Amino acid sequence: MSTAVLEGQPTAPAEVPSFTATLIIRRYDPEVDAEPYWQDFDVTMHGTDRVLDALHKIKWEQDGSLSFRRSCAHGVCGSDAMRINGRNRLACKTLLKDLDLSKPIYVEAIKGLPLEKDLIVDMDPFFESYKSIQPFLIASSKPEKERIQSVAQRARFDETTKCILCAACTSSCPVFWTDGQYFGPAAIVNAHRFIFDSRDEGAQVRLDILNDKEGVWRCRTTFNCTDACPRGIEVTKAIAEVKAAIIRGKA
Amino acid sequence: MSTETIPTPRSSYAPPRTRGVNWEKWGWMYMRISGLFLVILIFGHLFVNLVAGDGVRAIDFAFVAGKYSTPFWKVWDFAMLWLALIHGANGMRTLVNDYARKPLLRRVFLVAILVSTILLILLGSLVITTFDPCPAGMAASALPSFCPAP
Repeated sequence: MSTAVLEGQPTAPAEVPSFTATLIIRRYDPEVDAEPYWQDFDVTMHGTDRVLDALHKIKWEQDGSLSFRRSCAHGVCGSDAMRINGRNRLACKTLLKDLDLSKPIYVEAIKGLPLEKDLIVDMDPFFESYKSIQPFLIASSKPEKERIQSVAQRARFDETTKCILCAACTSSCPVFWTDGQYFGPAAIVNAHRFIFDSRDEGAQVRLDILNDKEGVWRCRTTFNCTDACPRGIEVTKAIAEVKAAIIRGKA
Repeated sequence: MSTETIPTPRSSYAPPRTRGVNWEKWGWMYMRISGLFLVILIFGHLFVNLVAGDGVRAIDFAFVAGKYSTPFWKVWDFAMLWLALIHGANGMRTLVNDYARKPLLRRVFLVAILVSTILLILLGSLVITTFDPCPAGMAASALPSFCPAP
């Protein structure tokens, strides 16, 4: 038996340098404000902190009325998508040190969905269009045994299974901003996830739904969605694959 | 062991909103296909007019008249005219659909695009098909120098 031997003196971890970050947050309280307005906050943060930590610090130490959604705080639940310095990002995945701290950091709610309060928007229209593409397995066989799938068949749609429905892509889409009728990238990504799943039999139904004036043909390939996706999904590519499948007539 | 069939989950399934010919799909495909041809047609046009031979200095009325004396360039320009104008008009239609929110404004813009496109296509087609550098019955002073004496 060997025991761990402490070699030399324990070294104290180097202190994480701290700095002052200025956040300019777009505030809105429907009961008080007629229009949203921008409010400045100065917070002392560390190099390991994220935008979400700064928001927490503001809410807990400076202004308890600041409202925003967050749940897991680790980039999985998709609650805290917001517009940070003009780009849709998850606040919990954006490190302050990666932003230009010589300038203030602008934080506002995602666009294109009705603003409810501060950084919170009404997600109902987003989930309505998600529901309308039937995001569930459609299969005629009874679920009595495993539905076997090869590695290649699984890999075909692996990319789009990563979606966490944070709405960063849909609310970064200029076509979605115009009238909100467009299905939006997130709904198409989730349709893609089932259209190219070998176990699923509803591909044709979903292709018909998306073969619409407000479906994939409204995509103008601006790549905002691919840039916004916190999961690194190549959203525009997925949309292009759905377009190609519609033209082919099958997945 | 047997399992009951699982009923389909309730979802707000709406049947496709468009019936009949799917213009949006064909419009999208038209943009891709015509774009492909236009790359060849336009760059060919630019090369022949501006680079080949004497380059841009060669362009004058006689140059154009010379091109239009061959069926090849008539067909080339005819294809370019139709493909490019419809391509451009369809692009502007999508812009109007994206950005003109008021129904009346949208209608006005769409009709204006349609009318101007048809007008331009008809005018251009008329010129290409009926172009004659030396029309009969014109005074010799009004004709270009290369026309044969009447």
